[in-house]
Amino acid sequence: MMKTLYGYRRPDGKVGFRNWTLVMPAVACVNHIAALIAKDIPGAVAVHHEVGCAQIGADYRQSLRTLLNTGLNPNVGAVLLVGLGCERVDPRELAEEIAASGKKVEFIVTQELGGTNATIEAGRKIVTDMSEQLAKIHPEEVPLSSIVLGVECGASDFSSSLSSNPVVGYVADTICANGGRAVLSETTEVIGTEEILTKRCASPETATKLVDRIKRMVEYSRSEDRDDIEGVAVPNNISPGNVRGGLTTIEEKSLGAISKGGYFCPIVGVVEYAELIGDRPGLWFMDSPGYDPECTTGLMACGSTLVLFTTGLGTPLGNPVTPIIKVTGNRVTAVRMRDDIDIDVSAVLEDGVSLESEAAVMLDTLIDVANGKQTRSEALGYRDFGITRIGPRL
Amino acid sequence: MKRGLIMNKLDNVATVLDDVAAGETVTIRGLPSIVEISTLEEIPRGHKIALVDIPVGMDVVKYGFPIGYALTDILKGSYVHVHNVGSKRTEE
Repeated sequence: MMKTLYGYRRPDGKVGFRNWTLVMPAVACVNHIAALIAKDIPGAVAVHHEVGCAQIGADYRQSLRTLLNTGLNPNVGAVLLVGLGCERVDPRELAEEIAASGKKVEFIVTQELGGTNATIEAGRKIVTDMSEQLAKIHPEEVPLSSIVLGVECGASDFSSSLSSNPVVGYVADTICANGGRAVLSETTEVIGTEEILTKRCASPETATKLVDRIKRMVEYSRSEDRDDIEGVAVPNNISPGNVRGGLTTIEEKSLGAISKGGYFCPIVGVVEYAELIGDRPGLWFMDSPGYDPECTTGLMACGSTLVLFTTGLGTPLGNPVTPIIKVTGNRVTAVRMRDDIDIDVSAVLEDGVSLESEAAVMLDTLIDVANGKQTRSEALGYRDFGITRIGPRL
Repeated sequence: MKRGLIMNKLDNVATVLDDVAAGETVTIRGLPSIVEISTLEEIPRGHKIALVDIPVGMDVVKYGFPIGYALTDILKGSYVHVHNVGSKRTEE
């Protein structure tokens, strides 16, 4: 019997599993002000980022999209935008676009208010009020289909592909089969599996788009000098650590990595980094690097309300808006990195427990976290937020 | 007992879950019946062992899909890694 799932239904109909008042700097120059505004206010969280000005073209648009879609994430109930006053990102416009979703949104501008202290004072008043209002909203019973599950792996070892990734894959398949959505990303980690993934694409257009994104990433990686290990060229994101860990080729690494995206749920669409996914149930693919803080930020911004993150060696990562549930299949890591690991599936390799039964336990934990149980990184206060840069800094 | 795991019945390699020395027997699960293989050389934990002879040029198969091809004749029980497996993708 599956546990009952509770979520916060937002004015636009989307469902979140956290109820944050988000304090977002429009530009990196006011990161510290934003942090001090949110400090110690229950239910408030600030993001810290390095963008908002001195950017052009696609790089600027990507950063802007990430900030906008972070504000739109259903785990966020209200937003205060903090501007400096002369940055390229206009906090006024950003506030208007987020407010179109029906959320309560306000903005303050440091140069207009007259410095750090005045801005903090004004901001704390607004955020305290927003958080008190949000605290009155009670989560309601929601179907499993309201979950948007991001899947990601980092600091992988051999155990990831043999146990934690396939277990996460079964959970992703379960969510999609119940009308929900899952998001696979890390374009660098699907290189070599085009044939398998395109067969799962729901339309030829989606298949073409997916293959194009992989090609683009391969060309991008080859525009730089290739890494080599003992004289052997190893481009396309197979690292010295991977080779030491037993991974021989990029094909092998990718086959292990894509199992996080399940086995049968169709791939229904491909989006850019931090672009909102559509409403169609099934597996979505987001074009992104594999780098954990940037990838998980993109997964959150594209709409993921929960993330399952597999790690063989263990990593402490967390996100300010979306809970990151960390899973290891390596028993040594489960013990040594216990501060940072939420789910231990090492019984698959150590005791021969089936992937299916670990998946059932994982789904249960996923629902517990959705219902409010803190992840390790939430309890530790992690706020990793990184936006992929694709252009020059001016 | 030294342990190994096969991910798909089509695979011609398995992953060893313990460090193994040359001449040791690895008990491999993941198939309907348990398979025992004697190792020809040392293989570190998490690395791969050949389940059958893999002639030069043949696909090396894991998860039911080719992960590369044999650069040399790989004998059953051998250590399978970058020294004897090539990647079609890397060479493109």
